[in-house]
Amino acid sequence: MKVLLIAAGLAVLACAPFAVSDYGLGLLIGAVTYVTLASGWALFSGPTRYVSLATVAFYGIGAYTVAVLNEALPYPLVLISAAAVGAAIALVVGLSTLRLAGIYFVIFTFGLAELVRQLITWFEVNVTGTLGRYIFLDLTARDIYWQMLALGAATIGLTAWINRSRLGLALRVVGDDEVVAAHSGINLARTKLIAFVLSATILTLAGAIASPRFVYVEPAIAFNPTISFLTVIMALLGGANRLWGPALGAVPLFLVFEWLSANFPDTYPIFLGLLFIAVVFALPDGILAGLEKLRRRGGEVRA
Amino acid sequence: MTKISRRAALRALRCGLMATATLSAGFASAEGETVKIGYAVARTGANATGAGITTIPNYELWVKTVNDAGGLTMPDGSKRKIEVIEYDNRSSNGDLVRSIERLASQDKVDLILPPWSTGANLAVAPLFAKYGYPQLAVTAVTDKAPDFVKRWDRSFWMLGGGHDYANGLVELLSAALEEGKINNKVAVVSVADGFGIDLIKAARPAFKEAGFELVYDETYPLGTSDFAAIMSEVQNSEADSFVAFSYPPGSFGMTKTAQSIGYNPKVFYISVGGAFPIYPGIANGKPDGVMAIGGVDADSSAIKDYFASHTDSVGNPPDSWASAITYASLEMLEQAVGRAGLDHEALSKELSTGTFDTVVGEVKLEDNQLRDLFWVGQWQDGAFRAVSPAGKQGASAAVIPKPEW
Amino acid sequence: MLLTTLILGLVLGATYALLALGLTLQYGICRIMNLAYGELTLVAAFLLVVLFKSFGLPPLVALLLICPAGYAAGWCLYTVMMRPLVQRSGARGRLEVDSILATFGLLFLIQGGLLVVFGANFTSISYLDQGVSVLGVPVALNRLVALVICVVAGGALVAALNLTRWGLTIRAVAQSPGSAPLVGIDVNRVARQGFALGTSLAATGGASLAMYQTFSATDGVVFTMKALVIVIMGGVGNVAGALVAGVALGLVETVVATAIDPGLTLAATFAIFLAVLLWRPNGLFGRRS
Repeated sequence: MKVLLIAAGLAVLACAPFAVSDYGLGLLIGAVTYVTLASGWALFSGPTRYVSLATVAFYGIGAYTVAVLNEALPYPLVLISAAAVGAAIALVVGLSTLRLAGIYFVIFTFGLAELVRQLITWFEVNVTGTLGRYIFLDLTARDIYWQMLALGAATIGLTAWINRSRLGLALRVVGDDEVVAAHSGINLARTKLIAFVLSATILTLAGAIASPRFVYVEPAIAFNPTISFLTVIMALLGGANRLWGPALGAVPLFLVFEWLSANFPDTYPIFLGLLFIAVVFALPDGILAGLEKLRRRGGEVRA
Repeated sequence: MTKISRRAALRALRCGLMATATLSAGFASAEGETVKIGYAVARTGANATGAGITTIPNYELWVKTVNDAGGLTMPDGSKRKIEVIEYDNRSSNGDLVRSIERLASQDKVDLILPPWSTGANLAVAPLFAKYGYPQLAVTAVTDKAPDFVKRWDRSFWMLGGGHDYANGLVELLSAALEEGKINNKVAVVSVADGFGIDLIKAARPAFKEAGFELVYDETYPLGTSDFAAIMSEVQNSEADSFVAFSYPPGSFGMTKTAQSIGYNPKVFYISVGGAFPIYPGIANGKPDGVMAIGGVDADSSAIKDYFASHTDSVGNPPDSWASAITYASLEMLEQAVGRAGLDHEALSKELSTGTFDTVVGEVKLEDNQLRDLFWVGQWQDGAFRAVSPAGKQGASAAVIPKPEW
Repeated sequence: MLLTTLILGLVLGATYALLALGLTLQYGICRIMNLAYGELTLVAAFLLVVLFKSFGLPPLVALLLICPAGYAAGWCLYTVMMRPLVQRSGARGRLEVDSILATFGLLFLIQGGLLVVFGANFTSISYLDQGVSVLGVPVALNRLVALVICVVAGGALVAALNLTRWGLTIRAVAQSPGSAPLVGIDVNRVARQGFALGTSLAATGGASLAMYQTFSATDGVVFTMKALVIVIMGGVGNVAGALVAGVALGLVETVVATAIDPGLTLAATFAIFLAVLLWRPNGLFGRRS
């Protein structure tokens, strides 16, 4: 029943581009992109509680790979290369961050994103002598939407599968207490590494898929740290350790951003800030938990 | 009251009036049909500063001027007021692309004004082309403009390319070299960004060809806040000319550092930011002799009027590079609408082939590009005057060597 | 040449360290990850400019006003906004997430306010920017002022934390907020003091920054991240660590700019930062957890 419902929902979403205006499609792309990013981020960071700010490092690597290869290789191969590059870098990063925890991990990942951006800039300036690359691919907004939707659906499906598998259980134990996890025979390094690489590969692909919409890519654009922050905030807001939490954080937040910036272009950051603070106080465990509480309370009243 | 608090009061007032303004806009449209003009420029994020200096004030000034005069004149002589739809692109290309789609497909505006920065203009160019809107890309410096015109035939590129500015500067310096005013050593720094790289790539061969030697040639990353090390290296080089292909934070930081360490080269050139109205303040009231990208004919009455009305409505004078061009692009649009109406095809054709009377003088595009530009300007007696190309009408003679700070 | 690099690096490093002192207190004592830290420094910077330009107050005098004003602002901020979050969080991880979210909102709120009031323009004042010769190396006087403030504030803090009874209670709360009440420490009060003092230092850092650097209303995030990198590198809550890390980053930046390639300064900064963390996962002077 539940599976049918989800399949129907996905089918509706897939047909949506035929029913909406171009702007509606733009909204859909934006929302699905953030759902994908937040869900992909939560795949690793949700259960383990390692808050990563490296989202944009992988997103940017994806975008850059497309920018570099889009004229040399056919598009599917470009995507595969992007995923491979992202996974390889994630493996190195994952291996080197195994000893870090808490806030040290957070800022390390931020530093990593900046380092990648600086190195790419330096390489482009001194070796290739071109900063700023063009992506001229014959992809319509619909193509991008469908790809992103597929990636988002795959991400949530993968998360659901992991949650039920031994890996998911291990990840949750790691998140609760690493010492306990180690004592109960969980291979900490392997568990964390697998989840981190999977998550990073999804983020890289999201960047690769989204990039043809921007035509022009340069490090300052591809590695915009706002993307990392927004992803974290959306996932945390929805509830990062639940399957649908990140999606439920991403969609409303994205729409509120859009609505506020359209109606109050001058003053919207103020409203946004107030709203944020209000949400933290009103929904202490994230939107999803807030909804559940409301439903439970409603159930009690009826009973 | 001083400048800052007055501006603050004005802004607060404007915010308070916003609700009222929205209401009255509703009434205005009831009176007669309006022309809907949309734009999505950065109000927040990394691009907000540049857009807030060059783009948004000019859009607002132009809309106000046109509406105060009764509105845009249509080919049949009737007047229609402008109704503005504005979004914030949050300095993110994703949001920008979506905002343009919204303006075109949801709001169905009559005209769209371009965003600020080269990257942003390139990101929206395919959309302008898809929906058929003419794109008067002003704040975009690119050497590939001719290619872009071929790709998107309703795109117009108004600010030249990196090699134009580099060549203009080298020409100016080589004249000074021939007159024996400076030696043949130059120290160059450039910002590691599309803009800085375009300029330095064009400048290197041009300098060599003109007989200069680059004794210092380094790039620095975007986001650098301290220039003490760089400037002290430059000071120890034997160059008479200091050239920085820089963005405002760098231009300002280098100026302040040069002043505090007493570095007085015969030529002190910076790029973006040098023509900003706050530059004399940054330079502690001693900007005279500093060269920078851009420049205007400070003696022309059109420019003087434009500076006065900008100061009146915004609270400060415009910058002396892209601001005037931005305003000129809007005047072109206004006149083109007057001749060809709002049909995008006719309008684009008129923009491409017509001749227009603007604050920067008579303008006619060549191959959809504005080529008749000033490349280098210099602060002289408190005004930022164009000095290159030397032969162009309105150019002043460059002062070399620069007086000491 | 080496001497020049060394002096310029030290001066730059001191300005960095000053920027980070407040954050290391706020996170170290209250465990509040303040993403709006940079915005708080910016508010102080703008305040200094207004006091200087509109009221003609010399920046050094204005600084004496801004410093206690920062303390008061921090006190209010903690009481109104942070205290309820601290109260409802049992485990530590919870407060971290809540404070990230709440201060992210605060970041927008302050940035929006600054944009409305001051616009997006660059702001700058010219004050004490003549050069002074330090062992033959010309250094801008306003940067030297920042260096002196950094040394005084940092030194006083280190001394107070290590030598006074007040410092002992602060360290007790920082080390183990759970067991501090057992020995009769009012954790709430100490945390509030810590947060307020941190805000006061943020304001001091921002006000001295306004003397030597051009800034705009959207720069806050840059300052926050710079400060965070320094705090983490030094070891959270470790004032001496923040001082050392700040100076180290300043030196690295200057040495790389003169000896290798100015294009790699920021890359080197982050590379050093990452290397330090790989070598010592809790920062240079961090405690083993």
